[in-house]
Amino acid sequence: MKDASPAKTYALHLGVIALLFALNFVLPDYHQGLFARIMALAVFAMGYNLLFGYVGLLSLGHAMFFSAGLYGAGLTVYHLGWGVPEAFVAGVACGALFALAIGLLALRTSGVAFMIVTMMFAQVFYLLILYFAAWTGGDQGLVIQQSSRIITIGGASLDLTNPTVRYMSALALFSVVLLITLAVVRSRFGRVLVAIRENEERTKMLGYDTVANKLAAVIASGAICAASGAAYALLFGYIGSSFASVQYSILPLLWVLLGGAATILGPLIGTLFMYYVTDITSGFTSAYLLIVGVALILLVLFFPKGVLGSVRQRWLGWLP
Amino acid sequence: MPLLTTKDLSRRFGGLRAVDGVDFALMPGEIRAIIGPNGAGKTTFVSLLSGRIQPSSGMIVFDGADITTMPAYKRVRLGVAYTFQITSVFANLTAYDNVALPVQRTLTDGRSKGQVRSGVMAALERTGLADRAGTPAGQLSYGHQRLLEVAMGLALRPRLLILDEPTQGLADSEIDNFVLLVREIAKHATVLLIEHNMPVVMQLADRITVFNSGKILAEGTPEQIRTNAEVQDAYLGATHG
Repeated sequence: MKDASPAKTYALHLGVIALLFALNFVLPDYHQGLFARIMALAVFAMGYNLLFGYVGLLSLGHAMFFSAGLYGAGLTVYHLGWGVPEAFVAGVACGALFALAIGLLALRTSGVAFMIVTMMFAQVFYLLILYFAAWTGGDQGLVIQQSSRIITIGGASLDLTNPTVRYMSALALFSVVLLITLAVVRSRFGRVLVAIRENEERTKMLGYDTVANKLAAVIASGAICAASGAAYALLFGYIGSSFASVQYSILPLLWVLLGGAATILGPLIGTLFMYYVTDITSGFTSAYLLIVGVALILLVLFFPKGVLGSVRQRWLGWLP
Repeated sequence: MPLLTTKDLSRRFGGLRAVDGVDFALMPGEIRAIIGPNGAGKTTFVSLLSGRIQPSSGMIVFDGADITTMPAYKRVRLGVAYTFQITSVFANLTAYDNVALPVQRTLTDGRSKGQVRSGVMAALERTGLADRAGTPAGQLSYGHQRLLEVAMGLALRPRLLILDEPTQGLADSEIDNFVLLVREIAKHATVLLIEHNMPVVMQLADRITVFNSGKILAEGTPEQIRTNAEVQDAYLGATHG
């Protein structure tokens, strides 16, 4: 990272948040809903990027952390009748706990073995959701009623099914996570994470316990992804086992690669791009996945480091 | 009391005894050079000291504490710093960030005070790299990468700085500066260096330890080593004859 003034960096990111805020009042209904979804899922991508982009750990099991948040929040609302804030916290806590347990085991490996081990645990989690279909709804999933998705604070109440409230809630979560990840990667801890990615052996010889640092990163990543899952359950009112399937482990990897690994705004751009390419092409043809595939290949050819990664390399060296 | 001692330290790789029953002692404040022919076990020996590899048997004591099984990162925090034979700076990070890593480590450990920035710039200035702080390390010249490696070692505030062939690949003019730098470092730290460049060894070292086939062949002042017949046979003979 080149030496950039913090003011410039924060101005850029606050500008992006302001732009997303303004879009709420401009976008047609359909796109407003799509953007809310994209922002919630971009949080998933940001959590993934923290581990993959900055620490260089490629996990193929992040669907587990996302769905830990999804079910942690969804099931407490559905079965225990918890309120929205408590359920959200429960979801994030579930993700963090899973990340701690999986991290302790999976970090004994690295490289391809790490990919396989994380994927294996995620598959176990997916199968457990199907096995306990009596509580989880299995592959049918569960719908969380509108009445359960209203936050009451004092006399005021926020209905998460209202499009504007939903959009603003997704934006709030997105903004908080964006600023947290920005602060993390600019911190001393972030510098150590990048050093581990670049050369773990050397980092040890500078006095760092690299395993402990990697574990902290796995937990942070898991908690952020769980926050995304919890928000998704509460904002869109549906939880289902498909969110725990391997597809949802691959998607964040794809979003991050597209937008630019190890860039702060890359996950948003990648998620946005994939969603819209899919959305637009599926309007024309049922073979939309073919077009998505071609678009991906073109991107990889011309932007091998992802959109923002290539922008940073060619023009804006200071981009975090 | 010695700063570092080893007792009967051995490391075997399969049938090869790379380090074979070495008893070694290093006094605080000295500059010690380790010399010996290729394959004598010098790098393996210092890797055992730094904790990068584990000994097969024997014991290592640093400042009165047994550190034989201590992981490398904890030894670094005790003050044992190691700079690599093959330059291994973080090529994609700036010179600044390379040095910031060891500086923030010592700050976290409470072994230094102040800001990361001032600590980094001080280390870069001592090695003459201050004007290159923003350059990615991979774009520095080879000589500057070696200096950066030393700057990182320095920034760890070591009590024992292990330098593995630090002058390898440096130009003659750079070597002169390097000798001055090591003298400067030795005011505050004990220095153990593996070195092939004999003029550098003779200028710098207070004492020299000669390795051959994993064992210590001889030890003494530069003058004693220069006139030692066994050493001449095993090592110096080859270069002077």
